[in-house]
This record gives sequence, structure tokens and C-alpha cells, in this order.
Amino acid sequence: MGGPGVVYRFMNLIQLKAKYEEIRKTVVDSYVWKSIFRHGYKDTPRNRVLMTASNVFLHLHPSKMRRHGIKISYTWCAGGLTFLFFLVTVVTGVILMFYYRPVAEYAYVDMKYLQFDVPFGMIMRNMHRWAAHLMVILVMLHMFRVFMTGSYKPPREFNWVVGVLLLVLTFLLSFTGYLLPWDQLSIWAVTVGTNMARATPLLGHEGPFAAQMQELTGLVTPRYDARSLLTAGTVVGAPTLLRFYVLHCIFIPIAAAILMIVHFWRVRKDGGISGPL
Amino acid sequence: MQTNIPGSEKLVEKPVERNLWTRRDFFGFAGWGAFLSAIGLGLLGFLRLLYPRVLFEPSPVFKAGKIEDFVEGEVSEKFKEEQRVWIIREAGKIYAIQAICTHLGCTPRWLPLEGKFKCPCHGSGFTKDGVNFEGPAPRPLERLAIRMDEEGNLIIDKSKKYLYEKGQWEDPESFIVL
Repeated sequence: MGGPGVVYRFMNLIQLKAKYEEIRKTVVDSYVWKSIFRHGYKDTPRNRVLMTASNVFLHLHPSKMRRHGIKISYTWCAGGLTFLFFLVTVVTGVILMFYYRPVAEYAYVDMKYLQFDVPFGMIMRNMHRWAAHLMVILVMLHMFRVFMTGSYKPPREFNWVVGVLLLVLTFLLSFTGYLLPWDQLSIWAVTVGTNMARATPLLGHEGPFAAQMQELTGLVTPRYDARSLLTAGTVVGAPTLLRFYVLHCIFIPIAAAILMIVHFWRVRKDGGISGPL
Repeated sequence: MQTNIPGSEKLVEKPVERNLWTRRDFFGFAGWGAFLSAIGLGLLGFLRLLYPRVLFEPSPVFKAGKIEDFVEGEVSEKFKEEQRVWIIREAGKIYAIQAICTHLGCTPRWLPLEGKFKCPCHGSGFTKDGVNFEGPAPRPLERLAIRMDEEGNLIIDKSKKYLYEKGQWEDPESFIVL
């Protein structure tokens, strides 16, 4: 090996590139690769569409984008960022589930254990919290943007309704998650929050028409009403914790995921990310 | 199905490359590199998270009373329930056997009338000093570190094991000479 260093390095880069191309070709031409990606590598418009349409990840992309759809000033990316933060909360939340036990005896100490002793526990807990906060902020900003750009107008009215349901589910996720640290703050916050359900019309034992409903059904007492459905008792206690945990980790996320699928599908079918139709 | 869309020939032609990597190549590598490192580092962090820094388990070292508490020639089941350990006093020495069958880890039973340890799961049998003689168990039972502190209490350390097949039952730390 001789010659000036620059040339020598350059030569090696060329060799490196040749090597890379050789490996790439071997992989792309292999039987396994071709069984997964079925449309060769010919760079034609038809092949691009076929590759996109026949791949489960790529097919999520729109086949066409409208010019205004990629203007950040138009959408603020608020919807996409809401979804991103939802995914962050899901991933960090599942990681927290490895250590957290939703039982009155353990919940608080497990939270403290995650905070002080589990490797990366603190950052997972804080990422979960911050991403949840940002998701709530962004979902509101997203709604504001949709309102201001008139994106709720026909044919998108149904998607506005799905979005409102998703907004409610986002708040419910926040509310149910707030109880899980099982400290004074969370217990009293949920006490206050669930007490509001006493005033539910017809179904809350202090709400309008509660007496008439009680006469009709006999099922609107402090023990059997909208509030005790949430708290699993007459006060916020250990059964409430378990109930909120299941709602927070299973029930509401699945409902939200289903509605998100509908939401994104409708966006695509109604002419892509918003703009004049 | 039309394969040749008018104008697609232009797309197939690649411009003459004057540089080693095109800008698109470079950003492609950079993007995938960033993505894969983020995923990889995240995975490593997650794996670290799965090894807690604190174990909420009882200490493997426990006190097992005095030598006088044990009768010569008998297998003591005093600590079997609590610690999974038999303490055996013979003429001239005392040692501890872990009550874990070497086949698949069940707890054998001491049958004093037959003078043997018998595992209920698959019928492994061990002699009184722990050597396997029947059933599927491949190795003799394991003995544990045993010592005496200043007050004459027996101290058993379950984290140190002594295996017969490695000749470790001769190890002075695996028994106390009386």
C-alpha cells in the first residue's frame, strides 16, 4: 500500500461503494427479499405504485399528496404530532407496566421504585407524562386548526364527529392515568372528578330526575349510579384503582385505536390532508 | 396493463455521477442510520431496564441454630419449609443439603423409614447423603456453604453450592467438623 494518503482513502471509498453495491445486489436479488418485495426495483411510475400498494407499511402512505398538504403553515402537523405522542405514551406506558402493580398495597411504592431505582425508570415515567400532556395540548390545537381552516365541512362532517369522540377519549386517558400513582394528589383529584358524576341526569343519584328514576327502576342510589360505576364503590378505594388501571391500559386505548383507524381512513378517503377540495 | 408509460424512459436514465455518493444516497444513509441507532439504543436501554437494581428477595444467608439442636444420624427438616434446606448431622460432621431435585427442580421428600430422599414428581431417589440412585435425576443433590459464627450459630449461605461430581463435597467450607 503506497501513494498519497488522499488518493489512498479515495480509492478505498470507491472500493467501499463497490462492495456496498455488491452486497445490496445480493440481498435485493435474493429469493427471500423477492418473496417479500414482489415488484423488482425498476424505477418506473407503475412499479412505484405497485411497491407502495403491496407493502403493508408503505401502503399507509397516500399515493398522491396535494400541494397544500405538505405546507406546515396550513396543518401545523398538529394531528400527526398528536398521533406521534400517542405512540410515545403507548410505548413508555407498556414499559412502565413491567414494574407497576395496580394494587393499593403496591401502586405507590412501585411508582417510587420506578422513579428512583429502576434503570431508565425515571425517564420512562417522565416521557409518559410529558407525551400525555403534549398529546392533550396538540389534540386541542389540531381541533382549533381544523375549525379555522373549515376542514369540518362536507364531506368531512363525520370525521369531525370521530375527532370529538377521540378528544373525549384523550381526556379520559389522562383522567384514568392520573389515579395510578396512588398518592394523595391523585386520589383526591379522582374523588373530585368522580363526584361530578353524582349530578348526571337520570343516572346520578343527585342529578335531575334521580328520584323519578329511583321510583321507576330502584337503581339510582349512592351505591348504584353513574358515580359508583366509575369508583366501584361509594368512595375512591382499591377497587377504583384496579378499575381505572384496566380502563387506562386496555379499554380506552383500544377504543381510541379503533377510532383513530377510522379517523385516518376517512382523512384519506375524503381527499387527503385538508385543503380546498 | 400498460408497462411503458410515455415519458418513463427519462426516469430510468440515471444522470452521470460526478461524485461518489449522490446527495440522495447520503441523506438515505443518514436517515436510516439515525432511525436504526435510535431503535437500537432504545432497545438496549429497554433491556437494561429489565434488570432491576434492587431485588426484593430474602437474603440467601440464614442462621440455623446451634449444633446441639441437631441429633446425630438424623436428617433435620427444621428449615425445609422456610429455607428449602435439610441439615444433616453425622458422626464427626454436619452439612446442609438444598431440597431441590437435580432433575427439574421440584422439592423431594425425606422418607425416614426408607432412609432416602424421594422426589414426588418423577420418582428420583437420593441416598441420605444426597447421592442419586434411582429415577431420572442426573446428579446428586447440592450441598451448601455452612460455617459457624462467634456465638456458635450455624450460618448457611445458599448462594454457594458444592457439587459432588466436581469433588466439592471435600471442600472444608461445605461442612463443619465436629
